[in-house]
Amino acid sequence: MTTSGAQVNLSLKVNGQDRDVRVYPMDRLLDVLRNDLRLTGAKEGCGEGECGSCSVLLNGELVNSCLVPVLQARDAEIVTIEGLAQGPRLHTLQEAFLECGGAQCGICTPGMILAAFHLLEDNPQPSLDEIREGLSGNLCRCTGYVQIFEAVARASRSEPTE
Amino acid sequence: MRADPTEYELVAPGSLHEVTSLLEREPGGWLPIAGGTDIMVQYAAGKLAARKLVSIGDLPELRRIEVADGEVRIGSACTYTSVRKHSIVSQEFPLLAKAASWTGGIANQNRGTLGGNIANASPAADSLPALLVYEAELILVSARGERRVPYLNFHLGYKKMGLAPDELIRAICLPRRYAGYHASARKVGARNAQAISKVCIAALGRVAFGVVTDVRIAVGSVAPVPMRLTETEKLIVGRAINTEMLSSSRKAAAAEIRPIGDIRSTAKYRAAVTGNLVVEFLEQLRQSEAGA
Repeated sequence: MTTSGAQVNLSLKVNGQDRDVRVYPMDRLLDVLRNDLRLTGAKEGCGEGECGSCSVLLNGELVNSCLVPVLQARDAEIVTIEGLAQGPRLHTLQEAFLECGGAQCGICTPGMILAAFHLLEDNPQPSLDEIREGLSGNLCRCTGYVQIFEAVARASRSEPTE
Repeated sequence: MRADPTEYELVAPGSLHEVTSLLEREPGGWLPIAGGTDIMVQYAAGKLAARKLVSIGDLPELRRIEVADGEVRIGSACTYTSVRKHSIVSQEFPLLAKAASWTGGIANQNRGTLGGNIANASPAADSLPALLVYEAELILVSARGERRVPYLNFHLGYKKMGLAPDELIRAICLPRRYAGYHASARKVGARNAQAISKVCIAALGRVAFGVVTDVRIAVGSVAPVPMRLTETEKLIVGRAINTEMLSSSRKAAAAEIRPIGDIRSTAKYRAAVTGNLVVEFLEQLRQSEAGA
């Protein structure tokens, strides 16, 4: 059991690497990723779980990292947008977002791509309605969503990157 | 003002026994946190009054869905995702699966829990009307033992509930007796995902030879607590669904609720929509027999 209000040492597996951090239990996972681990792909938009720009995968589940106290991510496997590309080779979804114009200002893009990744893992050939539902927790104020949905549909038709 | 993490304690004892022992030592001193989809919002806004939190989201005892002959028992820390993906829950309790599917977006469904929805006690909670119509029972646990209470009347007033300071919601039990019922749920809000309801309804009914033989209707966002429309139900049971009956049901529902005007809607709109939703359900109920 952790002691009161004090910092604790935790291990996280982030993008396949073991990372040790010294944190307060109520630090938000988003802040630990951005400030302690310098992974700034996850963005803070609303800070209240409405916009999805801080989305990451926590043990394979899409979550809003602004709503996760880091203690609850102890020993968990975390995937951020930085973990999708393999070296210089972009993930199929990232390629599709580029080709379809699915990113404009870019703030929502990391979360949007992770939400799409989570959707395609579960459902490799989603219908348009299923794409819309899978991304419904991720807000974009630039694109009007059409190019984003096209990008996800395109990625679902291509061969997997692996 | 953003919250300062140095001012908060969070512990994760890892077993139900240790959590109930902690609550026994300091009743009311620790706020249980599961998926954090409500608590972390208050925390981030600097509005979380509790300074000591105990994590219960990972307790295996609270994360199981158990299927018995007479009932389905959903652990309080089961997420909306696990509820909506469970085959028996989605087949036999479609109102609950549907409410789970329109609660927040996918990321919130992956973290938010059914027990958390009850304990947060929002009048606008999407899953609670479904629990009311299925006549759910709650298993509450403390170091003193377990007790089982009907979910109906668990909410005593705005954010007040029949839970002792050393108690935790352990499971939500749903009786498996609604197979032959017509089920209908609808949320009226600015948008389905994420947006909080202006009005939401869950309803079950049976009809034979045009006459309603049984009915249960519950609505959210129209009173300080999610409510069963028991007076409206009394008026509906035993009657044929016709124009006059629809009109009186609409009036009864609008009169029975206690809506307020707030940032999402007005009391007048909520009363009108509640009446419309009851009529819509009854029309579907009538057609369900015609189509059967």
